[in-house]
Amino acid sequence: MNWKDYFSTSIGKKILVGATGLFLIIFLVVHCYVNAMVFWPDNGKHFTDAAAFMGGNAAIRIVEIGLFAAFFIHIIQSLMLASQNAKRRSEGYAVKAGNKTSKWYSRSMGLLGTLILLFLILHLYHFWGPNRYGQFFDPTWKEDNLYNNMLFTFKELWVVIVYLLGCVSLCWHLMHGVASSMQTFGLATHRYKGMIKSVGMIFAILIPLMFASMPVYMHCLSTCMAH
Amino acid sequence: MEHYNMNLTLKVWKQKNCKEKGKFETFQVSNISSEMSFLEMFDILNEQLVAEGKEPIAFDHDCREGICGMCSMYINGRPHGPWHQTTTCQLHMREYKDGDTIVVEPWRANSFPVIKDLVVDRTAFDRIIAAGGYISVNTGNAQDANCLPIDKQKADESFAAASCIGCGACVAACPNASAMLFVSAKVSHLALLPQGDPERKMRASNMVKQMDIEGFGSCTNIGACEAECPKGISLENIARLNREYIGAMFSGSKEG
Amino acid sequence: MALNSKIPAGPLDKKWETYKSTCKLVNPANKRQLEIIVVGTGLAGASAAASLGEMGYKVKAFCFQDSPRRAHSIAAQGGINAAKNYQNDGDSTYRLFYDTIKGGDYRAREGNVHRLAEVSANIIDQCVAQGVPFAREYGGLLSNRSFGGTQVQRTFYAAGQTGQQLLIGAYQGLERQISLGTVTMYNRHEMLEVVKIDGKARGIIARDLVTGELERHFGHAVLLCTGGYGNVFYLSTNAMGSNATAVWKAHKQGAYFGNPCFTQIHPTCIPVSGDHQSKLTLMSESLRNDGRIWVPKKQADTRKAFDIPEEERDYYLERRYPAFGNLVPRDVASRAAKERCDAGYGVGSSKMAVYLDFASAIERYGKVEAHKQGKSNADKATIYAMGKDVVKEKYGNLFEMYEKITGENPYEIPMRIYPAVHYTMGGLWVDYELMTNIPGLYALGEANFSDHGANRLGASALMQGLADGYFVIPYTLGNNLADDIRTKSIPTDHPAFVAAEKEVSDRINKLMSIKGKESVESFHKRLGKIMWDKCGMGRNAKGLKEAIEEIKALRKEFWSNVRIPGEIKEFNTELDKAGRVADFMELGELMCMDALNRQESCGGHFREESQTEEGEALRDDEKYMYVSAWEFKGESQFEMHKEDLVYDVVHPSARSYK
Ligand SMILES: Cc1cc2nc3c(=O)[nH]c(=O)nc-3n(C[C@H](O)[C@H](O)[C@H](O)COP(=O)(O)OP(=O)(O)OC[C@H]3O[C@@H](n4cnc5c(N)ncnc54)[C@H](O)[C@@H]3O)c2cc1C
Ligand code: HEM
Ligand code: SF4
Ligand code: FES
Repeated sequence: MNWKDYFSTSIGKKILVGATGLFLIIFLVVHCYVNAMVFWPDNGKHFTDAAAFMGGNAAIRIVEIGLFAAFFIHIIQSLMLASQNAKRRSEGYAVKAGNKTSKWYSRSMGLLGTLILLFLILHLYHFWGPNRYGQFFDPTWKEDNLYNNMLFTFKELWVVIVYLLGCVSLCWHLMHGVASSMQTFGLATHRYKGMIKSVGMIFAILIPLMFASMPVYMHCLSTCMAH
Repeated sequence: MEHYNMNLTLKVWKQKNCKEKGKFETFQVSNISSEMSFLEMFDILNEQLVAEGKEPIAFDHDCREGICGMCSMYINGRPHGPWHQTTTCQLHMREYKDGDTIVVEPWRANSFPVIKDLVVDRTAFDRIIAAGGYISVNTGNAQDANCLPIDKQKADESFAAASCIGCGACVAACPNASAMLFVSAKVSHLALLPQGDPERKMRASNMVKQMDIEGFGSCTNIGACEAECPKGISLENIARLNREYIGAMFSGSKEG
Repeated sequence: MALNSKIPAGPLDKKWETYKSTCKLVNPANKRQLEIIVVGTGLAGASAAASLGEMGYKVKAFCFQDSPRRAHSIAAQGGINAAKNYQNDGDSTYRLFYDTIKGGDYRAREGNVHRLAEVSANIIDQCVAQGVPFAREYGGLLSNRSFGGTQVQRTFYAAGQTGQQLLIGAYQGLERQISLGTVTMYNRHEMLEVVKIDGKARGIIARDLVTGELERHFGHAVLLCTGGYGNVFYLSTNAMGSNATAVWKAHKQGAYFGNPCFTQIHPTCIPVSGDHQSKLTLMSESLRNDGRIWVPKKQADTRKAFDIPEEERDYYLERRYPAFGNLVPRDVASRAAKERCDAGYGVGSSKMAVYLDFASAIERYGKVEAHKQGKSNADKATIYAMGKDVVKEKYGNLFEMYEKITGENPYEIPMRIYPAVHYTMGGLWVDYELMTNIPGLYALGEANFSDHGANRLGASALMQGLADGYFVIPYTLGNNLADDIRTKSIPTDHPAFVAAEKEVSDRINKLMSIKGKESVESFHKRLGKIMWDKCGMGRNAKGLKEAIEEIKALRKEFWSNVRIPGEIKEFNTELDKAGRVADFMELGELMCMDALNRQESCGGHFREESQTEEGEALRDDEKYMYVSAWEFKGESQFEMHKEDLVYDVVHPSARSYK
């Protein structure tokens, strides 16, 4: 079998989903770290500097292309797998096992992923799109003040709620995803599987929690300021 | 343990053959002893049907001691019924009480087409084994058995994987109808032994390829297979299969 | 026809060597032209089909299950014997040979049995090379346990799933040949007739159990590896589908049936729990390594097992047979259990059971374990817990099975066990080359009568099945086929095929046209009851004569009142079963006739008229030192031929395990 064959079997495809998933996890950590600076009590100075650094750095721009590629591959491959898998049992069961033998979120990765995707589109539209659009197409462009942008965006309660839902989806996605990617790479051996599961769970809760606190914080801040 | 008798309602999938469409039919059985096995309860039902001049329900079974892997009923949403690590033939009626309704369906997966009623075609499993689930050694070539000491722990692990009975409950349980647990059990059984080492790369890739050809779904690590496997085959075997596969992928050897 | 067993001349331990080095061979190019039919894919069939495929023959293999891996061999629990002497306890080829001959109560051929003992060691080597995960010691070497009727540890095992692991090994070899194209597999096919052309077996008629169509298959030779016929008794430890149809059809085509009455009743099975019982479950003989068998000393004692103090328990095997104790051979242990229960000492609600108790083994292992871990003053509970873990590792799966079936926890309450039909030593008569008296027709494994005499020792059936398939048939088949290389494959429109197919289809039509009232199952149960009551553990002339008449009457009723729903040309399990039960009813009669003829007690065959004062079996070597080989002459008509047994090396003596 050549490389192409290896990546086109069911395990091969899964390896791509797992690898890109892991890459996305790393992205999440960095993203979370940078964004956490909004909590710095300096009216967003630290955060704006960091964001400007990330925005203006050519290396980061290149990595970003990789990030988009990863998203693209992750989404396409996983949704394709999910849709193929859904066709393996044309005649379904009258009585289903439900949650007796597996976790609902493990069975709903496609749905959770799609929710994340919808959220992502909104998220890009809010923050990444305008800024990057300007960077490339507006000669008068100057890095947005993301801090102010956030204050502005999260003033709307419904936006905050949508973001929170996005974080919840991410949480469930990662509840399965982190441990699952380790299994995909064959690391969930007898000795490590327990550890992997716990670390995965902690990660799946911690990161989305951090993310979720940001819109809430910004919302509170902006409503305070309005008063 | 107290013995008791019960009356039950059974909703069973009836399907004449692979071409015709099937449907559920409802049957009543009475005076079922709590000491019977689930299949003995079906024997009673079938006797009753024959007495009424009707066709009995076709179901697969042979050893009735949980080892041949032939029995295959999907009972109230669970392959082999609710008992942990138990085949249908070893499930006993103690599990049920008077007045219960039990829904019985065949294994469902496109790779396991229904032959009749509750009987399905599992020959896809044989073809996966034929694709590489063996050690290529001809009769009469073997050295003395004790010339090859094997770490007891490894041997035990290999045995645990080898105890798969090829029943297909993992496929039946999996939302993706994936056969990874079955395939991984065989790959693990052989990969854990030094005898299996020379062919390990080819074996993993060829068996996975055949698994795909047969039309089984891919594994998304949901874990329902492990929960339902009557022999307690562990997901660790799937991790091992993934390792073997990745190993084969990066080995660079021509045939691997 | 005179019976020629074709035992090679020369000293016993050189016979097989001589045979192998002088037998005729078939060259590789010719092998590719020779077609072999292998019916059955148990240990005997799968190993034969795989080995012959490797050698280059064109093989067609058949089984009635949905996969070759499900043959009944899969259910064997305890182990497989081999004269490896790995335990350095004095084992040798000769000792295995001797134990088997003695265990069989001097009713087996020396030549065959010695060959079996010789190849036994190769089997283990072969299986290990295939990846069979036998149990091992910490040092990495193979582990052994003891089985009944021997005083050495020569049994290799894989927990309680030895048969499964051995069969999976053979099955994998078979699948490999299937992928290489040397073997074609026919699953869900049942062989229903042997086709003879010019006196030679040249093919079979098989029914595709999914479509119901009949098929003709040609073969230069036909190998029947179809297992035993214990299901004549309805209740047995055999799988539900195990049947005698293939061998019975061969018998009716002229193959002699050897020692049909030799049936093995296994002492340790889970007792019958009610009329609904469809099969009996074996609790492996290996349990007798550690379990102690007892009944209360008081008749009809209703106390719970643990309320009966030590001194009020009768460990009757240890009492009667101090030398072998709980490890006496199966026939002896079974009769002793029956004797106790018949005398009113049985336990459980039916009183047809005895206890198999692990309490002392748990304590013994617990102490060893405590010692190992340096806890010399561990309390009782700790010792018990440690001992329980050891027992669990050894027999865990059997204990679980027992608990699922009975709902009782055998770690706490002793197991209740009772003898059940388990194995049939009788089978198609074969010569040293495993060929029946029909040229080109062979029988391997449990389907033949060859190696176990009147009683099989534990862990010897797996050994025999694999010996036949891996190591014997590859030589003996070639020796005969060497003369057949000029025979072109015969087209299946040959009149003999047409006639055979018509025969089969007429019979099926006849069965379907009866449209009576009673189910097949019910007839099978009735047959089983007659057989168990009158041709079971104890047999006498009066009962056997009655049984023969009852079976005849039952058969008549069957052919006029059986009800088979459904159609012929479809998946029809009732029809499949009807054909098998019809054959059982003919075979049952022959078994009774053979039992009636053999007016001695030997091995599993116990004629109540022939016993010592202490109730031990009494053999009659003067009159019955022969194999009875029955020829079919027409309905209920059988002619017996004798093959005298000659013992050159061992001296038959009263079998004593005291
Ligand atoms: C519960 C149990 C435990 C046992 N434990 C041990 C043990 O520990 N050690 C030991 O040595 N022995 C043991 N035995 C005995 C041993 O398992 C059997 O004697 C042996 O496996 C028989 O092997 P076989 O290949 O001859 O036949 P089987 O394994 O019975 O195979 C018969 C094959 O023939 C096929 N077949 C039958 N009829 C037809 C037909 N008409 N058409 C097409 N195919 C047909 C079947 O599909 C099957 O493939 C045990 C037996 C039982 C019942
Ligand atoms: C930040 C965003 C995301 C992260 C960190 C992430 C992470 C992961 C991880 C680690 C896995 C497990 C991979 C494996 O088992 O090997 C996974 C699986 C999956 N992801 Fe994502 N993902 C993200 C976004 C998405 C999106 C946007 C979609 C789809 C629209 C998606 C769909 C899926 C699906 C369907 C699976 C299961 C596929 C399978 O197991 O075969 N994910 N994800
Ligand atoms: S892995 Fe388990 S569920 Fe799947 S075939 Fe094997 S024994 Fe059955
Ligand atoms: S009938 Fe053999 S496993 Fe259930």
